[in-house]
Order: sequence, then C-alpha cells, then structure tokens
Amino acid sequence: MRDVFIVGAGIHAFGRTPALTGLQQGVFAVRQALDHCGLTWPQIQFAFGGSDSAGNADTMVSALGQTGLPFVNVANGCATGGSALFGAYNAIRAGSFDLGLAVGFDKHPRGSFSPLPADWGLPDWYGETGLMLTTQFFAMKIQRYRVAFGIAEDTLGAVAEKAFANGALAEHAWRREPVDRQTILTSQMVSDPLTKFMFCSPAEGAVALVLASERKARELGLPAVRLRAVAMRTRPPGSFEVFSPALDLERGGSPTTLASQAAYEMAGVGPRDIDVAQLQDTEVGAEIMHMAENGFCADGEQTAWIAEGRTRIDGMLPVNTDGGCLACGEPIGASGLRQVYENYRQLTGRAGARQVPGEPRLGYSHVYGAPGVSAVAIVER
Amino acid sequence: MLDIHPPIADDLLTLSDGALHLIASREIATGRHVFPARPAGDNRFDRVLLPRQGSLWSWTVQRFRPKSPPYAGPEAFEPYAVGYVALAGALIVEARLTGIAFEALRLDLPMQLVPLPFTLANGETRTTFAFAPLETPGHA
Repeated sequence: MRDVFIVGAGIHAFGRTPALTGLQQGVFAVRQALDHCGLTWPQIQFAFGGSDSAGNADTMVSALGQTGLPFVNVANGCATGGSALFGAYNAIRAGSFDLGLAVGFDKHPRGSFSPLPADWGLPDWYGETGLMLTTQFFAMKIQRYRVAFGIAEDTLGAVAEKAFANGALAEHAWRREPVDRQTILTSQMVSDPLTKFMFCSPAEGAVALVLASERKARELGLPAVRLRAVAMRTRPPGSFEVFSPALDLERGGSPTTLASQAAYEMAGVGPRDIDVAQLQDTEVGAEIMHMAENGFCADGEQTAWIAEGRTRIDGMLPVNTDGGCLACGEPIGASGLRQVYENYRQLTGRAGARQVPGEPRLGYSHVYGAPGVSAVAIVER
Repeated sequence: MLDIHPPIADDLLTLSDGALHLIASREIATGRHVFPARPAGDNRFDRVLLPRQGSLWSWTVQRFRPKSPPYAGPEAFEPYAVGYVALAGALIVEARLTGIAFEALRLDLPMQLVPLPFTLANGETRTTFAFAPLETPGHA
C-alpha cells in the first residue's frame, strides 16, 4: 500500500449562486484546484465525483476536456463527498494511478429537503403523514441525549455562535456575519429544542481535491498533506438514524463510531493527537454528539468543553474552523470535501484570519448522512 | 375510527379485541421486531401485533409545514408533536403524538396507541396512528 497526498484544492464559494448550475460550480472548483497546482486537465488520470441533486459528475468532461479518463460517479447521500475521497484515495493507494481528483458539488432549492419514501425503501404513509423530515431526526436525537447527559440550552446556542463567528472569517462560507447567542436562542423554533439559527440550510457549492502518490507529490514539489486514513462505514444494529420508522430496543453504536475507530486504527493515532477537527454539524446537537462519537470527549463532557471555549479556533481542539455546515450551508455532495479542504488549508498554514495557531499537524474530518453512513479522514502535514 | 375512515395504508393498522394495533414483523431466527411489517410471503418473518402501550423515548414538535410531496396534508398547517415510543419486548416506534400540550411532553411519559384522523390535501380523511398519554384512573 502506498501513501496518498493531497497536493491541491479548489472551492466554489458556498451559499447561493443563481448564475451557475451545480455542475458549473463543480467545474469551477476543479479548474481552481488545477490552477493552484499548475496542472492541466489532461494530466489527471482519474476522477471520483458526485452530487445529490445537481447532476452526474462525469458530465464535467464536456467542459473540462474529453480526455477519456475513468470518471466514477458517487451517490452516497450526505457522505457523497467523503465517499468520492474514499474512492480516489484507494485508487492511488492500490497503485493503480498516480494523480487523480475527488470532486463534490450540489445545488438545492430553498427550504427543507423533500425526500421521497420509495427512494429510501419506506412506505408512502411515512412521508404523507409528515414523519419524514431530517430536522425531526436531529431534534429527537439531541432531545434524548441532552436529558441523558445534561446538555443545557445555552450550550446549544454557544455552538451556533462559534459557527457564525468562524464563518465570518472564511471566504468560502455562506453566513459571514456573527450572530449573538441571545438571537440564536430566541429565534424561531424549528423543531424543539432547535431554533432556526441552530440548523444548517440546504445550499450550493463545490469542492475539488487533487490527490497524488508520494512519487508524484515529490515530483510536483507542492505543499501537500498526507492522508493518514480514509474510512467509511454504514450503520450497525441498534443505531439511531435518519428516516427510521422504528428502532431496536437494544441500543448499539453508530456508523460514526465505527468509521472513527477504523480511521484511528489506520492512522495509528488517537483522538488526543488531533490538532483540528471538522465534524458533521447539520445542527448544533450533531456537533455536540459527534464530539463524543468521534472519541474527543466522554458523553456529557461537552458542556464544560464548550463553556471553556476548547472548541474555538484558539482552543485546545478547534472544531469546524470555517463555520461548518451551520455557516457554510449544506450542499450535500460538497460538504464532506469542504471539511477536508478546510483541514488542508489549516495544515498548510493558509487559513488566513481563521488559521489555527501553533502549526497544526493532524486534521480530522467527519461527515454523516442518511440513511446512516459516515466517512472519516485524517490528514497530516 | 377504522369503521369511519379507511386506513392510510394497507398492512399498517388492524383492530383486534376492539382495539387498534400496529402490524409488525418478527424475524423468526433472531426474534427481532421490524416495523413497518415485511411484505407477506417473506417466510423468515412472523406477522405480529405490537404492544399498544409504551413510554416516550424522545420527542420534538414539527413547527413548519413539511414539503409536498411527500407530505399529503392540507395547505393549512398546525404544528404537531412527533416522538419515539418504546414498546417493551418489541421495538421503539416513531409516531405522531396527540392529546397533550407541547409543554407537557417529557421523556418516559406513559403513552398508548390511538387512531388519528388525517385529512389529505383533497379533503378526504384517512386513519393513521398516534400515541396519546396513557390515562390511568387514580394516577394523575
């Protein structure tokens, strides 16, 4: 098995871009990544890419050039970006290629997602009677968790406050204005206990990463980060997932705990070695619970961690340094790669106003989505 | 209710001993309960009726009108409560909650299955299911 490096990255700003389709934003991100590396499209040997709602990634060859490269489309719900990275990483790791691309993009209409039951193996009545909403799942997961582990409402507000403060410092973020905690806590209730400012919104955006073998990375001589681990897992028995008409009484782990443990094992590091983390924050409760599911703290310790500012940019473990999904919005196909993009910027010391101090060495990213899939990547400077 | 309005789906609800029940499946090899029921003819599963009473496992309130499709309710919208109810010996089922103020919802509340009339956008009414607080005489 060979080492795999990220040698370049491109992004189309997240948010709303009425003038461009999702695919066009994807092409924009690919071109920026190539420019950034001084590479041209014909040099790219393969690509993995995907979107949830914005079309087939391989269509991009019309705009980028019909070089005949193998281009694999990935569709893995909210983990689409993470899964594209998983595919590209393994293609180089196995020795099949030296230079390739992972790209994710999306463009969703305003308002909540409107999934159709049949696409998720569920009967129509589940959607018809108003039970099939991702917002309900996230609300009910944190509702139970916060009673069990004493997570206060103020802690929920603090997570959103941090996200918007960080987003204000990130050029690619959608929400670039800080929002104070009182405004967050008293904004419109969407799905109890979560208010409007505690949820991310479906949005648009695109990210492309250029991956290279060690030999190729050396030859290119670019600032690079090494992928120490890329793991993805689906749900184990007893997990609590989006779109579940019923759960097992016997509770079990989650796809996140499985992917996290696998990634730590691959990398040969533990949670305490991580210097910066990007965790799926569909809403504030998700960030809080994912801190524990990814091994960074014990259940219930989040209250103290957040009160002490440990997850702020200047804290012991900065979390979601670009504002995460809360500030960037959620273009499903792009979010998982945005997290890795952000770690790449942080580890190569080019995160500007949001740069984590002390030259971070290990970056961790975690993406989660329906119907219970997680992908974790660990990168090293 | 079932006599008045047809059920929202086949193979979901049934009347047994005069009471409404949810139809589920039980995997013969493991005893694991599955809801909604597996299609008839899958001989790895028995068909079972779920217990009618349980305790509230989690809850939220749906404060905005869900998008249609898939939501089939009328344009006019009233917020409604949703929860998971743990049914001992079976599973934890997701349902609408009814007959209780949002402020009164709390974990571990004893609940029981009730029929719920559900109005479709075209004005027709179907019967779906919900859980309401269990009324126990002598125990407030």
